[in-house]
Amino acid sequence: MEIKSPISSTGKKLRTEEMIINMGPQHPSTHGVLRLELIVDGEIVNEVIPHLGYLHRCFEKHCEHMTNYQQVIPYVDRMDYVAAMNNELAYAIAVEKLLAIQIPERVDYIRVIMAELQRIASHLIAVGTYGIDIGAFTPFLYCFRDREKILDLFEMTCGARLLYNYIWVGGLSHDLPTNFIPKTQSFIKEFRKTLKEVTDLLVYNEIFVKRTANIGVLPKDVAINYGCSGPMLRASGVDWDLRRDDPYSVYHKFDWKVIVGKGEVGTIGDCWDRNMVRVLEMEESLKIIEQAIVSIPEGNVQSAIPKRIRPNPGESYGRAESPRGELGFYVISDGTASPYRIKARSPAFVNLSVINEISRGSMIADLVAIMGSIDIVLGEVDR
Amino acid sequence: MEQFLIEIFGDGVLINILMAALPLLFILPYALVTIYLEMKIAAHIQDRVAYMVTGWHGVLQPFADILKLLQKEDITPAAANKILFNIAPFLVFVGTYASFAVLPFSSHYAGSNLDLGLLYIVAVSALVVIGLLMAGWASNNKWSLFGAMRSAAQIISYEIPTAFVILTIVMIVGSMNLQKVTEMQSGGIGNWFIFGGPFILSKKLLLIPLMIVLFVIQYVASMAEVNRTPFDIPEAESELVQGYNTEYSGMKFALFYLAEYANLFVVSALTVVLFFGGWSSPFGDFLSGPFWNAFWFVTKGMVFVSVNIWLRWTLPRLRVDQLMYISWKVLTPFAIFCMIAVGFILVW
Repeated sequence: MEIKSPISSTGKKLRTEEMIINMGPQHPSTHGVLRLELIVDGEIVNEVIPHLGYLHRCFEKHCEHMTNYQQVIPYVDRMDYVAAMNNELAYAIAVEKLLAIQIPERVDYIRVIMAELQRIASHLIAVGTYGIDIGAFTPFLYCFRDREKILDLFEMTCGARLLYNYIWVGGLSHDLPTNFIPKTQSFIKEFRKTLKEVTDLLVYNEIFVKRTANIGVLPKDVAINYGCSGPMLRASGVDWDLRRDDPYSVYHKFDWKVIVGKGEVGTIGDCWDRNMVRVLEMEESLKIIEQAIVSIPEGNVQSAIPKRIRPNPGESYGRAESPRGELGFYVISDGTASPYRIKARSPAFVNLSVINEISRGSMIADLVAIMGSIDIVLGEVDR
Repeated sequence: MEQFLIEIFGDGVLINILMAALPLLFILPYALVTIYLEMKIAAHIQDRVAYMVTGWHGVLQPFADILKLLQKEDITPAAANKILFNIAPFLVFVGTYASFAVLPFSSHYAGSNLDLGLLYIVAVSALVVIGLLMAGWASNNKWSLFGAMRSAAQIISYEIPTAFVILTIVMIVGSMNLQKVTEMQSGGIGNWFIFGGPFILSKKLLLIPLMIVLFVIQYVASMAEVNRTPFDIPEAESELVQGYNTEYSGMKFALFYLAEYANLFVVSALTVVLFFGGWSSPFGDFLSGPFWNAFWFVTKGMVFVSVNIWLRWTLPRLRVDQLMYISWKVLTPFAIFCMIAVGFILVW
């Protein structure tokens, strides 16, 4: 866009220049400690340079000093702290692949239930905080109210509300408590109603649509080139979900569908689509939980946990669909009890890299909308 | 009221000072009530209960808030322009407070019974813009500057549709005196301008739809003028941290806060005067009298304040350019059309 330079009353041309402004690390809408260096021309953003590392905790280096593969799990929890179950699942898959052990089917079912409950909890945060980014405060509290119920279920199961240390290599720390199934079923029933409430109040709100439709459009090819995954990729119209395309655990046994962005109110791959994919995915997760919960086989959840984990020298890559996308762990073993190297492929980090591409030329308010729609968790970006 | 005070204190300077200070006696308790109201309404909209500990259902909480703000350290950033930085909050408050001078609280009380009352309100509330710009500029903070520029653009844009609405009412009444505007609507709910004013039935039926449109324009514009959701762009929390008052703390911040709430009442009161009969009772002469007048005025004002709070906690926020679009391409043309139409109806 060409901007004519203003002329003063004396006819002299006034000088305007670009301004560098720091968004973060203490900015309310960077969802943590991210710093975005913005080069702005008035309200228009010309360039976005993300600066990372404010929450770097040397996760990968720490792992090398663990004396046991199981000890890594609490660290994994702290990566994507709003979706800890999914992190544990991905890590457990990677190490189990390395060990080449078979785990009981009951464990797989419980893992799927937990991962999907966690996905709903995580998407609720994403949708709720997205409301705050757009200026609507109320849906956020509705979302958190529902998320509390999921956290209650987790607390019932393993005692922790946020960082669980629940999914272990080869098994689980606890079996399901006795009244878990009826409580989950009643939660699903209630949640269907409240989810509709949030959808009506926020997602189809005229102002919300105006603020998010056609904003931050991420075309299919750009999304693939940048390696985006999860709702971000699916909103751009790419039909790709690891749960279906690289089935792990017992996902192949359930009937559900992959949600793809359709550009219902704007262009395919805009902020509204990304948000809507998350909303619809919650419904799909509910479907999976509903089916899994009635067909859990009996079994001992700890029978397959190895007493000593000492994998043969080798490497493995285990991946799972976390709420943010493809979460992968690349584990190398040198035959000792501690991992030689662990590398995490965190979806939030990869998804964030696309921000400059899709927010160039937008306004500051749009940038906030784009940031929120990417749904990053800084604990995972920085590790 | 003025006569009564003159009887006690005699005619002199003192009486003018007293008359001017009276609205302050209203603003302070009103602000406390509104802060409480806002928190409680917000909480109930959001499925929570808000504060319950301080006093019965937390009624003492606003006092605690004010006390806290009084105790806070008053920080002036080292790089700020100290003079402008310190003047700004007072200017903002003065601009708002000055509007109270002409509000007709009752048939017997208005701070000053100006003949140019409506023009005065439009003029004085524009003074606030200077204060906001000053605050944003003097803070030496880029986010504050953004907030200040946005609020200046916003308030000036939205004054135009408001001015057209006011002009229409002035055309009907033939006076800018707020007391006269109110008097014309007194005598029952049917005489309020929103219901067509005190005209013959055929004229009324023609005026009602226009009046409803004008009322909507005025109300939307007033929301923008007090910087509240969906038009809280100058202090958009998720975008600009706090906008122009980011760098303020303690009592100076409280003044901004107070000015915002006071302004909320001014614009609501203006809506009441223009469309809902000001201090006049909805039942004609029943429940009418100087005291009841004040009661009706404040009650009607508070209804609109509450609606404003309700909207704030329901709607998302617009973007700057969308806000300008609404003002210049939607509200202003409609307001002009309505003004012309009302003019024809009055002549016909």
